[in-house]
Amino acid sequence: MSDYFMIFFNSVFIDNIALTFFLGMCTFIAVSKKVSTAIMLSAAVIAVELITVPVNNLLYTFLLKKGALAWAGYPNLDLSFLGLICYIGVIAAIVQILEMALDKYFPALYNALGIFLPLITVNCAILGAVLFMAERDYNVAESAVYGVGVGVGFGLAICFLAGIREKLVYSDVPKGLRGVGVTFIIVGLMAMSFKAFSGLQF
Amino acid sequence: MAKAKDALLDPLFNNNPIALQILGICSALAVTNKMSTALTMTVAVILVTACSNAAISAIRNHIPNSIRIIVQMTIIATLVIIIDQMLKAYLYEMSKALSVYVGLIITNCIVMGRAEAYAMKNPVGLSLLDGIGNGLGYGAVLLAVGFVRELFGSGKLFGFTILNTVNDGGWYVTNGLMLLAPSAFFLIGFIIWGLRTWKPELQE
Repeated sequence: MSDYFMIFFNSVFIDNIALTFFLGMCTFIAVSKKVSTAIMLSAAVIAVELITVPVNNLLYTFLLKKGALAWAGYPNLDLSFLGLICYIGVIAAIVQILEMALDKYFPALYNALGIFLPLITVNCAILGAVLFMAERDYNVAESAVYGVGVGVGFGLAICFLAGIREKLVYSDVPKGLRGVGVTFIIVGLMAMSFKAFSGLQF
Repeated sequence: MAKAKDALLDPLFNNNPIALQILGICSALAVTNKMSTALTMTVAVILVTACSNAAISAIRNHIPNSIRIIVQMTIIATLVIIIDQMLKAYLYEMSKALSVYVGLIITNCIVMGRAEAYAMKNPVGLSLLDGIGNGLGYGAVLLAVGFVRELFGSGKLFGFTILNTVNDGGWYVTNGLMLLAPSAFFLIGFIIWGLRTWKPELQE
């Protein structure tokens, strides 16, 4: 049990996907102007991570890994070079399915998430989490926990940033630095504070 | 001719993908703590954007509109796999250092953005130049950040000692922050600030 907790805690705080690995930065900067939209986006990211990471994990263990096709009679086949194209295909397909399912059963949620869902396909945080999962050789349960952890970490970071940016409207920023420039510097400061977690060990 | 020059040089300063369009920061920052990784990443991205722009532009009149994203994704993913395999075969150490970031070129917004915004509407030659230009614009920022981070973080450039560090009996006390994530954000912030002070019409 403590194993799963560690994976979760690690992926939320110590290895925060946005602030330590710089993944999903485009969305991170673009969709962090208001807290309410940031919360919506975090919900979508958590949902997608929860599904895609374990599904890709199954794909990796039973089709792509070296020797994974032993059940089909090809024990020496190594298809891991096809990983990237499979992962991105699975992510695109799952986002599409999620979009259709939400549209059918939860129209209110679908309308609220709207444009964010398709954007998530090209969010590096999702593909990044999948690639880290493959690199670290998690099993299905671990990868589900890891997926949620990465989603929560990303959501936490983007909500904090949106909160800061909402307050920032009232401050007098030098002209050239307004908008994106100062946002980068704030993200830098946030990343520094998250570095404080890196000394933690269990 | 003027159009070709614009396509190639515009993305370098006037419309830099990282500093102005805020695209492709995702995989850019993590690889800039050394010049050598930044350079490898730059070359990889230039190759991918140029080839994907050219390939997508060549078949742009045959792609049905409703599945264009999937077609673009497949072309880009194929090119990235080729690059990834080549790095693994010939520069294994480098591919270990870049870890997942080579694969993340797929979701690099620059590649996708240029395919969607430029290659779908323009002929092959111009699209190729636009791809190279955007790759160069990306690389310029990457190398600038990499230069500062490696020089002040470990006193080296491309692994060669420039500033003799205290640990090696020299005089330079390294700035550990430069090797960590936050410094990259600060540097990009300052680059944007500088660029927008130089060209006031770009300010928000």
